[in-house]
Amino acid sequence: MQWRHKDLLDVSQLSLDEARFVLDTARYFQEINSRPVKKVPTLKGRSVVLFFAEPSTRTKTSFDVAGKRLSADTFALAKSGSSLSKGESLKDTALTLQAMNPDAIVIRHSSSGAAQFLAERLECSVINAGDGRHAHPTQALLDAFTLAQRWGDLKGRTVLILGDIAHSRVARSNVLLLNLLGARVRLCGPRTLLPPGVEDWEAEVFSDLPKAVRGADAVMCLRLQLERMQAGLLPDLREYARTYGLGERHMALAASEALVLHPGPINRGVEIASALADSGRSVILDQVAAGVAVRMALLFLYLTRKPAE
Amino acid sequence: MSAVQLVVRNALWGKKKVDVLVARGRIAALAPAVRKTRVDGAEEFDAGGLALLPSLTDCHTHLREPGFEYKEDIASGLDAALHGGFSNVMCMANTSPVNDNATVTELMLEKARSAHPGGPRLYPVGALSRGLKAEELAPLAELAQAGCVAFSNDGLPVPSAEFFRRAMEYAWDQGRRVIDHCEEPSMNPGAGMNEGPVSGRQGMTAQPDVAEAAQVARDILLADYLKIPVHLAHISCRRSVELIAWAKERGAPVTAETCPHYLLLTEERAANYDTAAKVNPPLRTGEDVEALLAALNSGVIDILVTDHAPHAAHEKEVEFDRAPCGISGLDTALSLTWDLVEKKRLSREAFLRAWTTGPCGIFGLPVNRFQVGDPADFLLFDPAARWEVTPESLRSKGKNTPFLGSRLRGRVAAHFLGGKKKV
Repeated sequence: MQWRHKDLLDVSQLSLDEARFVLDTARYFQEINSRPVKKVPTLKGRSVVLFFAEPSTRTKTSFDVAGKRLSADTFALAKSGSSLSKGESLKDTALTLQAMNPDAIVIRHSSSGAAQFLAERLECSVINAGDGRHAHPTQALLDAFTLAQRWGDLKGRTVLILGDIAHSRVARSNVLLLNLLGARVRLCGPRTLLPPGVEDWEAEVFSDLPKAVRGADAVMCLRLQLERMQAGLLPDLREYARTYGLGERHMALAASEALVLHPGPINRGVEIASALADSGRSVILDQVAAGVAVRMALLFLYLTRKPAE
Repeated sequence: MSAVQLVVRNALWGKKKVDVLVARGRIAALAPAVRKTRVDGAEEFDAGGLALLPSLTDCHTHLREPGFEYKEDIASGLDAALHGGFSNVMCMANTSPVNDNATVTELMLEKARSAHPGGPRLYPVGALSRGLKAEELAPLAELAQAGCVAFSNDGLPVPSAEFFRRAMEYAWDQGRRVIDHCEEPSMNPGAGMNEGPVSGRQGMTAQPDVAEAAQVARDILLADYLKIPVHLAHISCRRSVELIAWAKERGAPVTAETCPHYLLLTEERAANYDTAAKVNPPLRTGEDVEALLAALNSGVIDILVTDHAPHAAHEKEVEFDRAPCGISGLDTALSLTWDLVEKKRLSREAFLRAWTTGPCGIFGLPVNRFQVGDPADFLLFDPAARWEVTPESLRSKGKNTPFLGSRLRGRVAAHFLGGKKKV
């Protein structure tokens, strides 16, 4: 398949064939990642800017490793120490980066729509590494990759996404991609953490965790931000952990081989029981490894794309 | 008839061909154009069959001066008003310094007089509270004497019902009513996006329509209880309309306005993080659009305003959640709403009431009903003219409109103020 997209803003841009092609390509790079020498010259001389205007360790490192393993030069630009913290507008930062002529900019930003904002203004590829509450397509792709490694095909599988759906770009992108790949999606969280209009999403919505988890093939926990308590959306962590924290007792209701995912970083004992995170059901570290492979695949595809004539 | 200074011949008033006679800046007659009256010494102007309309009144604008002249100033704002068909313009107090004392009011009036001595006329709206902080009353008597025709905390809703009640009472003592920007301040104020499926899908911070309706309900109850009028600014949703209809049935002294963009656009327009469509209150749903049109036709909503809110290009060219709210509206309002009349979405009567007699009646401004002695403020409007909304075609400094790039129908061909041709 010849890749033609300039930017990756959300999984909604991808057809089923394209999503599968990304995962197939990632499988190839996953194999490279298991070799003693993990570096290939594929993107030698190409440059990728990692523009993280919001704190991130794992996604940024994952893209950094992915780029370096393909021999691309990666340049990190964090918000602190960048001119963004000196009041420069996103537009000016973007144009400045563009003037350095990178092949791709990977952006993480706290505003929904920030990746699109860059994509509309820049000639280079823009890869969305998370924009506000909107989208996190590379996370959804690595989650699907992780599940596909265990299951082969996601078709007909039931995946429960649990927790703060309203504020989660991970949930939004996963709902789209899991449906595209033929999985059934369930969502569970208190009403205060469900987005408006969720009843029209392609997902079954629950507020009761034991009901939601019944028969699920995988449960994807979401990180709970402490701001949600301050905003009056939840009473406290303890009550959240009691009601929506995933534990072994819930997994007993799920399918027998059910898997547990978490995009990280984990709040142990809050959204997931500590022992469960370390158990054989947990594929949390597989997700991290998958992240590198998927991002290698994406950098490869977007940097070697052939624009439509 | 020797005092007649101007005869505008051959204009279309509704379906009738008419001549307009002007004497001493006022309407002397609106006569059928069939018999050609000779008037000695008067200037003659052939309208060529264009539509005759009274000049419009806009009770809700932000002209940004003093303090934000890079967005707009009184001269440029009134220039946009003049070419957009307005003879009376009310401007809000959220300038810098805030219009909470006579000095600022007088400065605004002086700027308007020196830039546009023959009009459009400027009518400042005074701040309801000092610095718009909703803590202490502004000196409303001083402001009224200086020329403020109403009071408002526009943009910064008043959280305290007690403060708002006292403000209504004190303002009414000055013969002025309060204009309230209805927005429950604890529910994502200024989000500029409607809460609903679109905001949920796009992950946008959003405000539910109940945030507006809750304050509308409070204001209605206060007006009904105190028997003091209140004017509800830029109503955007069906819920508010239903409350206002209830209030009017009861006879509560409530008047309300809406804006062209709420009649023409929905939340989908902002779905792609387009900051030109970020406005407060936000664009709502198709159901709200229908409710507002019905309310405007029936008179539940009294008037139209632009809520002209110019911003500089660089302020809007940012992330959606960081962009200021507001749409530049003086240049486009007439074309946009006349088109609703052409499409039979809005009656001609409602259009004329909403832009002329309605606002002038509420705020006591001069109005032209084409009766003898009315100010000779009128337009010749070419309903067939097409024009493209571009940064260059807008007279306002604010190019921030979601209609940029649209081809609109209908344009002011001539604008007479006090019988003098200004456009």
